Amino acid sequence: MHRTGELYGQFKTLEQQKDSANLGMWIFLVTEVMFFGGIMLVYTLNRHVYFPAFAMGSNTLSLKLGGTNTIVLLASSFTMAMAVWSAQVGKRQLISLFLALTILLGFVFFGIKYVEYAQKFHHHLVPGRSFDIFYCSNHPTMCDDIGAEEMETERDELEKAKSLDPDLNSHAQLYYSAYFGMTGLHALHMVIGAGLLVWLLKNSFAGMYTPRWNTPVDTVGLYWHFVDIVWIYLFPLLYLIDRHK
Amino acid sequence: MAENNSTHHIVSPKTYLTIILTLMALTGITVWAAFVNLDQFNIVVALVIATCKATLVVLFFMHAKYSPKRTQLVIVAGIFWLAILLFMTMSDYISRVDYRGVRSPFTQVTSPGTRRLA
Repeated sequence: MHRTGELYGQFKTLEQQKDSANLGMWIFLVTEVMFFGGIMLVYTLNRHVYFPAFAMGSNTLSLKLGGTNTIVLLASSFTMAMAVWSAQVGKRQLISLFLALTILLGFVFFGIKYVEYAQKFHHHLVPGRSFDIFYCSNHPTMCDDIGAEEMETERDELEKAKSLDPDLNSHAQLYYSAYFGMTGLHALHMVIGAGLLVWLLKNSFAGMYTPRWNTPVDTVGLYWHFVDIVWIYLFPLLYLIDRHK
Repeated sequence: MAENNSTHHIVSPKTYLTIILTLMALTGITVWAAFVNLDQFNIVVALVIATCKATLVVLFFMHAKYSPKRTQLVIVAGIFWLAILLFMTMSDYISRVDYRGVRSPFTQVTSPGTRRLA
């Protein structure tokens, strides 16, 4: 059933029909706000209580990788917005092009995230029995991707954090649980979004979206932008704690 | 197609470009600001910038500026409920006093910036 642009009986105009679809998406997004809000609250509470450990954990993240991912994700929001515009003005080829670009940028994000996660596994920073915030400072040869100078500052910071919090390792583990929980759920949302984008791309190749009817492009766009907003908050919350020395 | 029922406002690519460049610039500013020592206000600055970015995305990329009032009401209500969740819970935890001799780790704030831990 491909009812592209057909007016359903309960609506007066196509415009009203589209507004209803958008409203439905927004109501779903509001439930998502509450979903991520709960996790943000858990993060905020623990950050408040175990600040030295959270600052220490944050400083072991790569600002370069996180910053690049922020730019990549913002760019993908732009291409998504352009895909919606292309549909509204009826430029069929451009819809496919911008959707493909959005998917591509999504995968660049996944690639960078993979590099980051792999690094955390190597550095024993994944919550569990082998978690050890001191691993790299005790085994510098195992963490050769960290420069000598960086390693020196990390040692100083560890020393300082340890004097503020005797149980630094456990509390740093809390930070990393929050990190993996929040970024993992965000990535899961992106995987779902990428799946929806592939579906849109398939339909746009078939020429389904026109200025008269492009509701799916619009609503998936809303979802994709929402996921971007989540990252806009995750980036400063996770990567930028106490960066000033 | 002769008939075009949509009277929806179409945001121009030029606007989108302006927005994305602003978002990129704000990302740069937030990284820069994180390295300036503002003590407890670092997080405030970071969240204010993040909220500016989110607002731009909602208003323009998500077309909220051109949406019907009822859609806007849903958005505002969502943010309001999130504010209740964060403010009420945090004010409870921060202001909690010792309860039957049990010290809550949430109240062991000694002086601004340094927190003694349980």
